[in-house]
Amino acid sequence: MSTTISVNGVEKLAATASTIADLLAAESVDPDARFLAIAINGAVIPRSKWDGAEINPGDAVELVSPAPGG
Amino acid sequence: MSNAKQDILTIADKNFSSRLLIGSAGYPNNQLMLDSVAASGAKIVTVAIRRISLQGGAETMIDLLAGDYHILPNTAGCFTARDAILTAQLAREALETNWIKLEVIGDRETLYPDSEHLLEAAEELVGDGFIVMAYSTDDPILCRKLADLGCAAVMPLGSPIGSGMGVLNPYNIEIIRAQLRVPVIVDAGIGTASDAALAMELGCDGVLLASAVAKARDPIGMATAMRYGVEGGRLAHLSGRIPRKRHAEASSPQRGIIGT
Repeated sequence: MSTTISVNGVEKLAATASTIADLLAAESVDPDARFLAIAINGAVIPRSKWDGAEINPGDAVELVSPAPGG
Repeated sequence: MSNAKQDILTIADKNFSSRLLIGSAGYPNNQLMLDSVAASGAKIVTVAIRRISLQGGAETMIDLLAGDYHILPNTAGCFTARDAILTAQLAREALETNWIKLEVIGDRETLYPDSEHLLEAAEELVGDGFIVMAYSTDDPILCRKLADLGCAAVMPLGSPIGSGMGVLNPYNIEIIRAQLRVPVIVDAGIGTASDAALAMELGCDGVLLASAVAKARDPIGMATAMRYGVEGGRLAHLSGRIPRKRHAEASSPQRGIIGT
């Protein structure tokens, strides 16, 4: 069984975060930051559900924001 | 400026006073990007959706643009319908917009769209309530299918992204414009102001460009040139060019010439 989670493609110990709120705190990402969006395993998690959204070992989490584009 | 005065670009239910859409990438710094976008007169500015830096300290640009412009997120870099759909959904969450510039790339070298994945993603996103502006090849059949699926605008390339080769197949662009009822915006390949003018003279509803301005020696100057190129081309299209002839026709009167 996996003991890690993938955060933006980087493997991290799953023990560091069990919810999105935990993960944001562990990564020093401001949960109130504008223009931030999060997906777990390819499913977008609305901001209103970040506090309770569970992250389990083996999960892939994406934290994204707008960037320069064409 | 009789025809240009009330010349509004309408996409879905929104009206825009400029027919130039511009990217936000490739500038040496944010200030030059902001000044160039302002000089272009564009009202729609495209952005990408990317992973945030977990090291922190990344310079944000979206705060500088949001509020002043209609922000159009893209799905650039996606090679599958699945990734493009997820990127669009993340963009909707991040920017609180259901507008998306849909790109599904099929090949790293040409950056040509993958038609199968593009159609699949367009269908799903339109069904999910997105306002889809689809980046396409200049294939009239593919463009028609995208419009039939409910895309709010179809955006055929003039030539490959970033190539600066201009509009390589004006004939196809004219056909696409004639066949579709939704806005047709030439997206990609514009190199200089005359390319943008040609796209508009062909009857296109707008031009989307990025590198041509961002990578010009003087981006603000080129942004200004693009603005005039688009406006000039549009006005020429509306005003009716004279037909091409194989022989000369003097513009000065032929009567009263001395020595006759």
